[in-house]
Amino acid sequence: MWFPRFATDRLHRVAQRGDGARPRERAPHASAPLVTAVTAAGVRRVTAVDRAAEAGGIAPGMTLADARALEPTLAVVEAAPAADAAALARLADWCVRYTPWVALDPADACGGAGLWLDIAGCAHLFGGEAALLDDLTERLHGLGFGAQAGLADTAGAAWAWARFSARAGPDAILAPGAQGEAIAWLPVAALRLGAADVAMLDSLGLRTIGDLARLPRPAVAARFGDAMLRRLDQALGLVAEPIAPRRPPAPFRAALAFAEPILTHDSIVAATQRLIRDLCEQLASRESGARRLTLIACRSDGTTAAVALGASQPTREPAHLMRLFGETLGRIDPGFGLDAMTLEAEAAPLGPQANALTLPPPADADARWMPGSSDATPAALNDAAWRNEPHACRIPAPDLTQLFDVLGLRLGHECVMRLAARASHVPERAVARVAPAAPPLEPNWPIRQPRPLRLLKRPEPIAVTAPVPDAPPLQFVWRRMAHRVRHADGPERIAGEWWRDDAPLRDYYRIEDMSGRRFWVYREGLDRPDRPARWFLHGVFA
Amino acid sequence: MTSQTKSARIAALRRLLAAEAGTAADTPPSAAAVPLGAAEIDAALPWGGLPRGALHEIAGSAMDGAATAFAALLLARLSGGTRPVLWVAADDDLYGPGLAALGLRLDRLIVARAPRARAALWTIEEALRCRSLAAVLGETGAVPPTAGRRLQLATRGSGVAALLLRRAGDGAPLPGAMTRWRVASAHSTPDGSGDDARPCWRVALVRCRGRTHTEDGHVACWHVEWQADRLGVVPALRDRPAAPRRAAG
Repeated sequence: MWFPRFATDRLHRVAQRGDGARPRERAPHASAPLVTAVTAAGVRRVTAVDRAAEAGGIAPGMTLADARALEPTLAVVEAAPAADAAALARLADWCVRYTPWVALDPADACGGAGLWLDIAGCAHLFGGEAALLDDLTERLHGLGFGAQAGLADTAGAAWAWARFSARAGPDAILAPGAQGEAIAWLPVAALRLGAADVAMLDSLGLRTIGDLARLPRPAVAARFGDAMLRRLDQALGLVAEPIAPRRPPAPFRAALAFAEPILTHDSIVAATQRLIRDLCEQLASRESGARRLTLIACRSDGTTAAVALGASQPTREPAHLMRLFGETLGRIDPGFGLDAMTLEAEAAPLGPQANALTLPPPADADARWMPGSSDATPAALNDAAWRNEPHACRIPAPDLTQLFDVLGLRLGHECVMRLAARASHVPERAVARVAPAAPPLEPNWPIRQPRPLRLLKRPEPIAVTAPVPDAPPLQFVWRRMAHRVRHADGPERIAGEWWRDDAPLRDYYRIEDMSGRRFWVYREGLDRPDRPARWFLHGVFA
Repeated sequence: MTSQTKSARIAALRRLLAAEAGTAADTPPSAAAVPLGAAEIDAALPWGGLPRGALHEIAGSAMDGAATAFAALLLARLSGGTRPVLWVAADDDLYGPGLAALGLRLDRLIVARAPRARAALWTIEEALRCRSLAAVLGETGAVPPTAGRRLQLATRGSGVAALLLRRAGDGAPLPGAMTRWRVASAHSTPDGSGDDARPCWRVALVRCRGRTHTEDGHVACWHVEWQADRLGVVPALRDRPAAPRRAAG
């Protein structure tokens, strides 16, 4: 696709939408010719022109003074290549509804830009290549972008045909293998050569691609260099030129296009269900489960909305995937309507979960046990297979992993965890947080002393009355409440790890107050006699 | 109408009413009761233990060690050492060694941190629908009546026990709870060395479906202590030294 006046089309579109336009890009009068200008070497030159300005005789490269002389009512806007590139990227994302293989052809100095779409294998979904091209150009015209299309076997020939052939409709499509004679009459600039090369060829009398192709190849290589020969070969298809897509296409993909743009939440939900069903069929045929899903919704105004989510275990159950999508579908803003939706998945082969999914449900209505339990379970779950595989019996039941996924999506995956022992005698470092589906380890706590039930993340300072600095306290004030100590056990001296410089030295006491509540307080700073020792409350006992 | 059809109809109506009220006689067999290990407490409960598939309330705040410990004990008993349980906590301060000392196996405990009340209630309800869990413990504040009813329906449908650790004084007690407990801390048992001091609590069964309460306002009250691996009920009055002890060294 070639957009000959991309920069000015974008500005016109911004003017029409009338939202968010900065004062510098103040919407020009719709009927005035519009150009963008840039300051080069102290001279203001015109870079991009729109249709009206072109009709008035202004060409890119002209100085602004000359342009103003030709058209007094000219509207001038500063050229913004970054905004142009961003708009092109958004358009490329929107073209995902046709094919995931979209690449950018960045804007050139004259304000034009292009997109490459590899539609191998996608054309039949739209009723043929001609129908796809018509649909695409029509939609782009509807979005406000003047576009010309060219379809060929090779990227080079398509580029040349789109820009230089000025054909539209079915003539824009080159028959397979026919690009050689078709592009022969195009000028040599259609080979993506630099301006200097084009000028040199022109001075030698080689004006069309056909002229260049008729020369003996070694002579071309010797005289003009390998780059020109490579461009020629790429256009003719003798050398492969793959286009690098913006995003690598996912291995599993289901797409749905709507006859009318959909607006309501219910229809979005129904469309997502259908996409999930298609995707699960694809996954089932390849014995895989989806780990990461991306739902892309293409709006009718050329923008996209994407929702991404992940599952902790590969899964291909439609009900579970729909549940994961649950509330996030409500956050998709349909704008003026959704034209198409695409669901992509990154997959992984299903692990031992496959066994659990294919087992028959337990005979009685009781809850499903974790395999490996010693209580009486239905015979199906007590298979010999479970007993022989020590790791399999530690995998949680499938609905438990689905619960972890759903909770993780709502609360955050770091908020669903299990506690595990870590080999450290420092209290706050003795417990690690692991993912809930991780294989369980037998906890063996190295310390046999009683430990509190709750350990505060940050020890809170308390005001303590102690008879002698070395003795346990008589009374302390915590959270503005005074507690009289009835009974204190300790001190238990816990020093930090010797390889860390900030190792504190703490004396812990288990304190019980008059009402029976038990706390874990410590005194720190005894190793620094110049400062008074400070007391903190670190935990609450049972 | 003959007397037989009349009595048959009355019996059918009684069954219908009992099913609606959910009394002990109609708990489904899958929701068997889990004994707590202390004979006196089990005898006081009409089911012989803590019933599954029901909602239980424990009054006590998060920073209250006694209520947290009792809740952890119940969770450990409901898990039975084999089935997974979920703890919906408001803060990230549960400490592994302390929980393990109360008999809760850490490889069967999953902790979900939900600081806000609505997220916590939603988490509890979602977890109650998962049949693989044995019990769900949630730290909540005030529970709106509709949310309480939803939780009750969820437990009854799936057979997963629900324990709610509610901040005392925060909202009315839930009407659908099967049992309601109040735990207060009590002086620990003095022993030869400080390490063997056993934690003690005063546990009161305030309300219980199927039992009427005495004039004290609760059904029964015990003085319990945790004897390293089981719960024991001790008489309230015992030989105690007159003066508080001091630590040696």
